[in-house]
Amino acid sequence: MSALGNFAGGFVTVVAVTAGAFFFLAGTAGLLRFPDPLTRLHALTKADNLGLGLIVLGLLPRATGWLDGLKLIAVWLLAQLVGATVTQIIARVARRDGGTA
Amino acid sequence: MAEFLLIAAGFVLAMVALGLARVLRGPTDADRIMAAQLLGSGGIAALLLLASATGVSSAIDVALTLALLAAFAAAAFVRATARPESGDDGRAGGQ
Amino acid sequence: MTVGFAFDAGLAVLVLGVAVWTIAARAAFAAVVGFVTFGLLLALVWVRLAAVDVALTEAAIGSGVTGAVLIGAAARLRPTEAASAAERPGAAMRLAAGALSVLVALALAALVLFPPDPAPTLAPQAALHLAALDVGNPVTAVLLAYRAVDTLLEKVVLLLALLGVWSLAPDRFWGGAAVPAVRPDSGGALVFLARVLPPVGIVVGVYILWVGAIAPGGAFQGGAILAAMWILSMMTGLTGAPEIGRLPLRLLLVAGPAAFLLVGLAGFAVADGFLSYPAAIAKSLIIAIEAALTLSIAVILGLLVAGPPSREPRHRDAGHRPAGHGEAGR
Repeated sequence: MSALGNFAGGFVTVVAVTAGAFFFLAGTAGLLRFPDPLTRLHALTKADNLGLGLIVLGLLPRATGWLDGLKLIAVWLLAQLVGATVTQIIARVARRDGGTA
Repeated sequence: MAEFLLIAAGFVLAMVALGLARVLRGPTDADRIMAAQLLGSGGIAALLLLASATGVSSAIDVALTLALLAAFAAAAFVRATARPESGDDGRAGGQ
Repeated sequence: MTVGFAFDAGLAVLVLGVAVWTIAARAAFAAVVGFVTFGLLLALVWVRLAAVDVALTEAAIGSGVTGAVLIGAAARLRPTEAASAAERPGAAMRLAAGALSVLVALALAALVLFPPDPAPTLAPQAALHLAALDVGNPVTAVLLAYRAVDTLLEKVVLLLALLGVWSLAPDRFWGGAAVPAVRPDSGGALVFLARVLPPVGIVVGVYILWVGAIAPGGAFQGGAILAAMWILSMMTGLTGAPEIGRLPLRLLLVAGPAAFLLVGLAGFAVADGFLSYPAAIAKSLIIAIEAALTLSIAVILGLLVAGPPSREPRHRDAGHRPAGHGEAGR
C-alpha cells in the first residue's frame, strides 16, 4: 500500500516537474525570440505562472510534513500575486517608453 | 529522484542564464526590470527543487525571502526609471 | 562528474558572467540591476555551500536593501553622470586594481582548495554547548551567545552609519524628514503592490526571526525583510519618511542595542560577567534581544535607504521661523 503510494507520488513528481521545466523552456524561448518588450514580458509570465506552479505541484508529494507543504503553497501563491502585479508595472513602463520612442 | 530534481534545477538555472543574457542587454528599461521578475520565478523554482533534492528544507525559507525581495527590487527599479519631471511611474493616463 | 558538480559548475559560470556584465555596464542603472541580479544568484550559491543563514542575509540585505541604496545614489548622481563618466581612472590604475583582485582571489582559492590538515574548525565546540543554551541553530548561538559582544558592536556600527548618512544634510534640515527624489505617483499597480506586499512581508519577517532559534534565520534577516517592506511603502508614497528629530523614532533606533547592552550589564549582577546569560533563562533572553534587535535593524536600514533629511522639520519650538515645504527633493 505504501509502496503504491510512493510510486504514485513519484510519478506525479516526475510528470509535474518535467512539465514545469518545459514551460520554463517555452517561456525562455519566447523571451529570446519575441521582437519587443511587451511580447517578451508575456512569454516570461508563462514560465512564471505555469512553470513554477507545476513544479510546486510536483514537489508537494515529497514535502516533509504539513508545514513544508504549506510553505510550498505559500511561496507559489506569493509568486503568483507578485508576478501578476510586477508584470502590470513592467508593461506600463514598456508602454511609456515604447510610446515615446 | 534526487538526481532528477537536481537536473531539473540545473535546467531551470540554464533557462535563467539564457533569459538573463537577453534582458540584461536591454535595450529598453522594461527589459532590464524583467531581469528581477525572471530571477524571481527561476530562482524560486531552482531553490524549491534544491530543497527537495538535497533535503535542506530551510531553502524554502530562502525561496520565500527571494519572492519578497525580487518584487521589492522590481519596484525599486521601476521607481529608478520614473521620469523626475512628470513623476510618472509608467502610469498610462489617469487612474 | 556527478550531477551536483555539474550544477555547481553551471551556477559558478552564471554568477561570474553576471559579475563581468555588472562591471562592464556603462550606465549606473544597468550596473545596479546587474548587482542585484548577482546578489540574488549568490544566495543560491550560499545554499549550495550549506550556509542557508548567509543565503538569507545575502538575499535580504546583500541584494535587496543594498540595491535600494545604490539605486538611490544612482538617481541622485544622474545629473552628474556624464561628467563623472569622463573622469574614469586611467588604464594603469585599472590594471593595478585588476591585478590586486586576481591576487586576492588566488589567495582565497588556495586557502579553500589546500587547507591545512586537519582544517582548523571550531564547529565541534560550538555544537557542544547548544544543548545547554536550548538553541538549535549554531549560527544563532555564535551570534547571540558565544560572540555576543561582536554582534552588539555591529549594531552600534549600524547606528553610526546612520548618523553618517544623516550628517550629509545641511544644518537647517537637521531634524526634518527625507523627501524622495522622484515624486511618487498616487495610483496604479505599484501602489497596489505596496499595499498588499507589506502584510505578507511582516509575517515572513517575523517568521524568519522566530525560526532563527532552531533553523536558519534570525534578527538580521528578519529585520532586513521588514525594512524592505517599509522602504517599499516609502518609495511609492504610501508613507512618508519619518522626521529624524522625533523622540519615538530615536527610541526605536536605540531599542535594540540598548536592550542588548542592558542584558550585558545585568550579566555582572546575575551571572558570570558581561553578556553572560543565566543558564535557566538563556533562550528567553536571546529571543527577547533578537526581537528588540529586529525592530531597530528594520528602522535603521529603512532610514539608511531614505537618506539624509531634505526638508525642514515641521515640529519646532516657537520662535523659529515656520517650517515650509522647502526645497522638496533636489
